[in-house]
Amino acid sequence: MAKTEKKEKTKSSLPKLTSNTPESISIGIMGFANFMNGQIIKGFLFLAIEAGYLWFMITSGISALNGLVTLGTQKQGWVTPVGSKIPILADGDNSMIMMIYGVAVIVLTIIFVGAYLVNLHSARQMLAYRLSGVKAPGFVYDMKSLTDQKFHVTLMTPSIIGILLFTILPLIFMILIAFTNYDKNHQPPGNLFEWVGISNFVNMLGADKLLSGTFFPVLGWTLIWAVVATGSNYILGIMLALLINKKGIRFKGMWRTIFVLTIALPQFITLLVMRNMFNEYGPINEFLVSAGILTNATRILFLNNVLLARITVLVVNLWIGVPYTMLISSGILMNIPADMYEAAKIDGASPFKLFVKITMPYMIFVTTPYLITQFIGNINNFNVIFLLTGGNPTTSSYYQAGKTDLLVTWLYKLTVNNRDYSYASTIGIVVFVITASVALITYRNTVSYKREEEFS
Amino acid sequence: MTGKKSSRPISGARARRYASDTAAYAALIILSVIWIVPILWVVFTAFRVEPGSFSADFIPKGVTFQNFIDLWNNTVYPFKTWFFNTLIVAVCTCLLSTLLTLTISYVLSRMRFKFRKPYMNMALILGMFPGFMSMIAVYYVLKAVGMTQSLTALVLVYSAGAGINFYICKGFFDTIPRALDEAAKLDGATNAQIFSKVIMPLSGPIIVYTSLMAFMAPWGDFIFAKILMGDNYYKYTVAIGMFQMIAKDNIYAYFRQFAAGCVCIGIPIIVMFILMQRLYVEGVTGGAVKS
Repeated sequence: MAKTEKKEKTKSSLPKLTSNTPESISIGIMGFANFMNGQIIKGFLFLAIEAGYLWFMITSGISALNGLVTLGTQKQGWVTPVGSKIPILADGDNSMIMMIYGVAVIVLTIIFVGAYLVNLHSARQMLAYRLSGVKAPGFVYDMKSLTDQKFHVTLMTPSIIGILLFTILPLIFMILIAFTNYDKNHQPPGNLFEWVGISNFVNMLGADKLLSGTFFPVLGWTLIWAVVATGSNYILGIMLALLINKKGIRFKGMWRTIFVLTIALPQFITLLVMRNMFNEYGPINEFLVSAGILTNATRILFLNNVLLARITVLVVNLWIGVPYTMLISSGILMNIPADMYEAAKIDGASPFKLFVKITMPYMIFVTTPYLITQFIGNINNFNVIFLLTGGNPTTSSYYQAGKTDLLVTWLYKLTVNNRDYSYASTIGIVVFVITASVALITYRNTVSYKREEEFS
Repeated sequence: MTGKKSSRPISGARARRYASDTAAYAALIILSVIWIVPILWVVFTAFRVEPGSFSADFIPKGVTFQNFIDLWNNTVYPFKTWFFNTLIVAVCTCLLSTLLTLTISYVLSRMRFKFRKPYMNMALILGMFPGFMSMIAVYYVLKAVGMTQSLTALVLVYSAGAGINFYICKGFFDTIPRALDEAAKLDGATNAQIFSKVIMPLSGPIIVYTSLMAFMAPWGDFIFAKILMGDNYYKYTVAIGMFQMIAKDNIYAYFRQFAAGCVCIGIPIIVMFILMQRLYVEGVTGGAVKS
């Protein structure tokens, strides 16, 4: 402990770089201070970073940034070269590639700024070493500290590179797309797309009748779906757990395993199987027909009627989700103090009352984080909808969406089938706003709920 | 209500308990049937002799292994290739992303540095975007480095997000007493040694949970595999491959083989899962519940 305190003290009292300290040259020439104080390798690394960055910016970086602003000016087209009579197809600008390069340059610049700040900090440290007459530690020492005091740097670097490349860079890029007209009529390389400001959002929220006429109903169904799916899964899962944990029920492990089977199977298997079970000629209809309940003419089209399809996806989602809630709540249920039940029973409370007044409040109190993640997960529940109904039944009043489509499956269809990337990105941002605000609001509420004493 | 209950004779209470137990067993049996029937149906279909996608009889008239043989020798839908593609991707993803998740969680749980809070907030925000919103951009990024239609790309895409999914694992590490670290530090252990010699040996359940989740993800993923592989059949994973197998035009011919494929994929995973059920539950409840 004493060691870290001391370290922080020296850190905060690092001398400032002023014009009469030679270390301040590091402000312009990175690594100079390190050279001066014998840290040759480190100084060289800093210098190499600066030189590399400047070289990159001059040779290609600045033009890439310019490309991000214009998104290309030269359309692909037929050009007749001088001295020839035959026109050839000349490559135009590719707005897509230009945008990616532009974003990459911005990310690179951010990384460079980070390196620059590290360099300044290092320069101040060098100054401190020189003023106090201590020899600066060598490169080997620095490397060694990567397994101890700076172990976090070692461990975080690969993850951060992964996140930068595969999450942040694509995300920035897709957010930018929402402000362009990159749709099926503006596909590079044959065509250019350009910045259009917030017109996609304006269209989505009302200016374009077809788009907004799709957006609001789909949003409505997404919210209904998320609330009903989360709620029903939660309550029925807890009831199932209570049933299995009921006093006097034997073979608890066996019952649990039966239900857990569905979690273990990959979702695409269970969902594709379910889709076929609910088919017009699937086993459910076959069974009902052979049992004489239905005739061949009255087979139930589970996935073709709007209301029926919506109910079916909710029911199938129960089949998939209930065991999961059961598994999680089993352990927690056993932690509910038994004397609470005893006291209520003495007062003559019915089992239903016990469930509503003791079990549910306790469970909700303990598992709020789980509920929030489940709700957000259901808003983005691609698998259940896409594999089960594919968003169908279709309707002509929607733009590229069906009656059971959620915002995310609509996003997928717009991207993959229709190449309306700008609209897809707009939807993605809307989904983000919804989930983020839900998470924030509920999180705030759980923190401000001071009901700790009641249950623990 | 109260008076009525307390005045009941003892034998009445016993009869009531008997009745409620019977009701509970009845409910459990009915529910079990609902949960088991779809799975049984797939298994029966996989061994069915009669052709076609659906059969009027739930239990097949004849049993055969032919569907499995046809499936593994299928050249139109090369299931064998898909299966091993997925297996390779799953094993690599499992190793890489488990390593990333464990290390990130250790750092966030045990070390204190300036970037810690910002990083956790960033992960929270990134987790709220629909994951595949950026799929097209990911595709172009990989295309820019010439890596589309390769299994390596798939492994990278699956593992890259591992640094964001640290909540459950970090929650577990938080429960390991800090006194252990302090003691090791007094003995002169570095942070790297504390991680590998103190924390790791105590983290069995969470290692199993994390790696199980990472291993299972590629078997179920649909979106990224489809986007990255495009029309290259031989690089497909089982999920996209088998989805195509029972497209409307094929379902009559291939449904039994599809079922056989489900059995081939499902059984190993189910066995693994049942063996590790306890560890899995510990992992989930540890992360889903606030302590």
